[in-house]
Amino acid sequence: MNGVHDLGGMHGFGPVKIEENEPVFHAEWESILFALTHTKPAWLYNGDEFRRAIENMNPADYLAARYYERWLFMLEHYLLKKNVITKEEYEARARLYKRNPRAPLPRVYDSKCTMEALRLMREGSSTRREVHRQPKFKVGDRVLARNINPTGHTRLPRYVRGKAGTIVKAHGSFVLPDTNAHGKGENPEHVYNVRFDSKEIWGQSAEEKEVVHVDLWESYLQKP
Amino acid sequence: MKSTVGGNQTENLHKHEEADLAARVRALESLLLEKRLVSTDAIEKLIASYENDIGPMLGARVVARAWVDPDYKKRLLKNATAACKELGIGGMEGENMVVVENTPTVHNVVVCTLCSCYPWPVLGLPPNWYKSPQYRSKMVIEPRKALREDFHLEIGREKEVQVWDSSAEIRYLVLPERPKGTEHMTETQLASIITRESMIGVGLPTRKKKSRSRKRKR
Repeated sequence: MNGVHDLGGMHGFGPVKIEENEPVFHAEWESILFALTHTKPAWLYNGDEFRRAIENMNPADYLAARYYERWLFMLEHYLLKKNVITKEEYEARARLYKRNPRAPLPRVYDSKCTMEALRLMREGSSTRREVHRQPKFKVGDRVLARNINPTGHTRLPRYVRGKAGTIVKAHGSFVLPDTNAHGKGENPEHVYNVRFDSKEIWGQSAEEKEVVHVDLWESYLQKP
Repeated sequence: MKSTVGGNQTENLHKHEEADLAARVRALESLLLEKRLVSTDAIEKLIASYENDIGPMLGARVVARAWVDPDYKKRLLKNATAACKELGIGGMEGENMVVVENTPTVHNVVVCTLCSCYPWPVLGLPPNWYKSPQYRSKMVIEPRKALREDFHLEIGREKEVQVWDSSAEIRYLVLPERPKGTEHMTETQLASIITRESMIGVGLPTRKKKSRSRKRKR
């Protein structure tokens, strides 16, 4: 979707603000939320569904939200949608902890759950998949990023659509986010790294000797 | 235009108060614990891992090894995931890593314009600025200017600036150039001068041990 998350090339956000000696988490709730999204609830959504939920935030809310606030929006969405929790119990519980932030939490020790979470952390969960189709493109080929504007999730940034570039690396094949984010299957495709000259993307005002490399699925590309 | 928008802890335009967010997360935590979908020990261990064990010191070990061992560097540039695994480094958000090398004629810098993809096993969780609309919007359109004005890093005209937008499931790490005058240093000493910023491409290795932050305007 042509969402506000697709930020490449936008103007007006001002200088990058760098916090010296920044902590990993800025508040306890951020760290808890991080952990919740990477334990068993992670079985409720794949990485593409995770991103799609965040992209569905109201655009003004998306920009105003802190990073982990977007994750909270995502986690609430799937827990409610998949009926893991009800709206009523969630709201009641949130009121309780708002009134009394020190209200006790259940303590649950479960070595299997912990092992699974740590295994996910150590081994990850790759979306690389074998496909038996021959790649349509090879390193050195000139390609055009398609000018498409899907309303669903995609990883083809707006700023390269309709632009010509050169394939510099074939990464192998990976799950296609455009279908995987919508429960329409993994449909793995070859993924290529495409090098675009800045002047091709941004016009003649772009500086000399600047290029952008973007990783693109095969169906995002066509022959020029 | 006032730049009040954007993912930063101290900004004003927040829909929810901190206390509301904390209460909502607490509510989810308690419900998921009751339903045995998470465990207290899993939560504690995951947080401790990313607060203490998984961070830029791991990427620094990889870079230092590549600086002292040309064969390792070759393997790293060919297959970064496998080369990191040799050092026991890998995992979530680093299942498919690629290392890009800075040279006298190329400077690399990494961004994720669509979300905040970042190589967790070698750099830990990303800092707020990396996730901010400010960084994500400008790094692809005016990288040299952004490096100069936002990070006080001047990239000479002899170098091409190559921006890597992590739009797929590949996670990028920059292999910075080894600074001159470090020939006498051991691998461990070298690791101590390799900053997080140098491995994203917005900074350079520091010349002094431990002084990770360069002076910035304001």
